[in-house]
Amino acid sequence: MKRSKTMEFGVGLFMLAGIVGLVFLGLRVSGLTLSAPSDTFRLEANFANIGGLKPRARVTMAGVTVGRVEAIELDTEWYDARVTLSLNSELEGQLSQDTTAAILTAGLLGEQYIGLSVGGAPEMLQEGDVIRDTQSALVLEELIQQFVSNMVSN
Amino acid sequence: MQSKFSHYAARVIGLGRKGCDVVEALGRATVFLAQSAVGVPSREGWSLWLRQMHFVGVLSLAIVLVSGLFIGMVLALQGYTILVDFGAEQALGQMVALSLLRELAPVVAALLFAGRAGSALTAEIGLMKATEQLTSMEMIGVDPLRRVVAPRLWAGFVALPILTVGFSVVGIWGGYLVGVEWLGVFEGSYWSNMQASVSFIDDIGNGMIKSVVFALVVTWIAVFQGYDLVPTSEGISRATTRTVVYSSLAVLGLDFVLTAVMFGGL
Amino acid sequence: MFDNISKTLFFKLPALSRFILTRFGIEMKVNQHMTDVPFIQVEDIHFSRGDNDIFRGVSMIIPRGKVTAIMGPSGTGKTTLLKLIGGQLTPDRGRILIDGQDVHRLSRKALFALRKRMGMLFQSGALFSDLDVFENVAFPLRVHTDLPDTMIRDLVLLKLQAVGLRGARHLTPAELSGGMARRVALARAVALDPELILYDEPFVGQDPISMGVLVQLIKRLNQALSLTSVVVSHDIKETLSIADYLYLIADGQVVAHGSPSTLEVNQDPRVSQFMHGEPDGPVPFHYPAETLYRDILGHDLAIKAG
Ligand SMILES: Nc1ncnc2c1ncn2[C@@H]1O[C@H](COP(=O)(O)OP(=O)(O)OP(=O)(O)O)[C@@H](O)[C@H]1O
Ligand SMILES: [Mg+2]
Repeated sequence: MKRSKTMEFGVGLFMLAGIVGLVFLGLRVSGLTLSAPSDTFRLEANFANIGGLKPRARVTMAGVTVGRVEAIELDTEWYDARVTLSLNSELEGQLSQDTTAAILTAGLLGEQYIGLSVGGAPEMLQEGDVIRDTQSALVLEELIQQFVSNMVSN
Repeated sequence: MQSKFSHYAARVIGLGRKGCDVVEALGRATVFLAQSAVGVPSREGWSLWLRQMHFVGVLSLAIVLVSGLFIGMVLALQGYTILVDFGAEQALGQMVALSLLRELAPVVAALLFAGRAGSALTAEIGLMKATEQLTSMEMIGVDPLRRVVAPRLWAGFVALPILTVGFSVVGIWGGYLVGVEWLGVFEGSYWSNMQASVSFIDDIGNGMIKSVVFALVVTWIAVFQGYDLVPTSEGISRATTRTVVYSSLAVLGLDFVLTAVMFGGL
Repeated sequence: MFDNISKTLFFKLPALSRFILTRFGIEMKVNQHMTDVPFIQVEDIHFSRGDNDIFRGVSMIIPRGKVTAIMGPSGTGKTTLLKLIGGQLTPDRGRILIDGQDVHRLSRKALFALRKRMGMLFQSGALFSDLDVFENVAFPLRVHTDLPDTMIRDLVLLKLQAVGLRGARHLTPAELSGGMARRVALARAVALDPELILYDEPFVGQDPISMGVLVQLIKRLNQALSLTSVVVSHDIKETLSIADYLYLIADGQVVAHGSPSTLEVNQDPRVSQFMHGEPDGPVPFHYPAETLYRDILGHDLAIKAG
């Protein structure tokens, strides 16, 4: 059987296009980074209520994304949510111990993410430390309930 | 009375016969798959596979890409009109990408593939059977399962996932054209929302698994229908129709099952 | 002068290609057995398709190194018999031995190995439609030998020359006439110089000249390579001229067998009817049916009566 070079070339291009497409999906669409996982460090934070926060949600500082939520689990000691954050390793040793973490919502109905803001303490957070000062998610139903009960009592 | 009873008995017998036929055909198809999919790859086999890749893969590319583009554009248009009511049009990218990656790309690409390549495979193998080419190959001492069926089977397995990737990429680009360039969604949020919500393993990976399963089923149905048909022109036309009908139904049904397993939390 | 060369080439052809094949280490089983050891034994074959009993106890002995012809009315199952011998169909009862091996008891692998030793010319030609004429003839060589390309080219051209189609090598099967396609199929069937060749109607659709050439070719192949040939044909004159032995089948049974000379003087009316091509006789020309009278008039009568 004769093989024509143009056919081989076409099939080669076809398969190459498939690989390039998959790389595009990986990098551009799912936001995979090629950097090694050692480029991050972890912090933990306990929240009384995380609302609709999901793993892989953004962690921001002053609106800039600096990391992601890695895991969320129930802390059976306090019965609140323990959230593990993985942050850019540039920030390791740069965040003061009184840094606060708050669960914020993008827009009225948007997704929830974590916003960090630094304090002024001299000691810095290291790998595996816990952020003490946290602010839980705003749960719309609770707000409405408060509002209604205030109205009634007034 | 008697005749009525025997009439029903005949019906039951007919049903039983049909059931036996179906089970028998499934058995034949399984043996057929096993016999043709395992084969020692040789230089010759490689070049046959390459030829089939050209036919089922490269030549299906145009229709798959054009469909992907339009589906991405329609998704963006429809999604925008819904999302804009909630002020959430930034989520357009994520909506387009997730619908494409999880559902539309694997399913629509498989349906197009069944119509474009599957029916051609059936007709080609069927015609080879009808003109005794398969028998004469057997008489030369060459197994047509290895020589004719296997390269087509493997080409189908490989080509459809690649076509699915192409479909997704072009669809996301089509969504970008409509959403960002035309409707004015902020470009940064189109991509960043997409990146924040699409997971490589869960969304792209599962979509690819679906597409591999569909590739297997569609190609299998197509080559088996070709190999097993009644070797007449009517037989070929019926088998070609059956290929498209069976593989479309199989793709849609399997899609439900796979979705339930992958995303349904089962 | 040139004519002379091509003539010698033609007559030396089978020996030449065998010489080339053996030079390149291709195993050619030249049978040293005595020719009276049968190559194929068909033992009491029963075969039916649906309700149609095609064979009811057919036995044959096909001697080694001879041309055996199988003749019979159209639709009696001559093609079916060749397919049974080739192992594509399995008999309901009885067995077929080729060189001592029971064809229908072989494993798939052993069956394919056995088939490498046979060539079959299909009634329809059955050329591979995605390959051109040259590649069709080269196909068996490519899949079963490791010959270098130049050698394959030479062999293929020799085979095509033998059937007079060397100039048509670049045509595709769709561009051939029926007779040409059959000749290409013949070249393909003998490409590997098999030990056994089954010819299903090799002479159909050939003009008198190519018919003569084909008759010669089959004869030469048989003599030069001492291969065994089974010829199914309706062309009595041609068949008688090359056959060493003849089987006549009708009604699912062997009606008569013998050498051409004995059959020609056979007194059995069925045999003489067939051998001399007489329309009226005990062998029916028609597929079994109601009488024509009932079939055509019965309908009208039924309408009138109703
Ligand atoms: N695929 C098939 N399915 C059912 N019946 C068949 C099939 N092929 C052949 N037959 C039947 O088998 C019988 C023998 O057919 P076969 O082709 O062997 O005849 P033949 O002797 O070769 O005839 P001819 O000389 O016309 O080629 C016919 O009666 C035919 O109706
Ligand atoms: Mg016939």
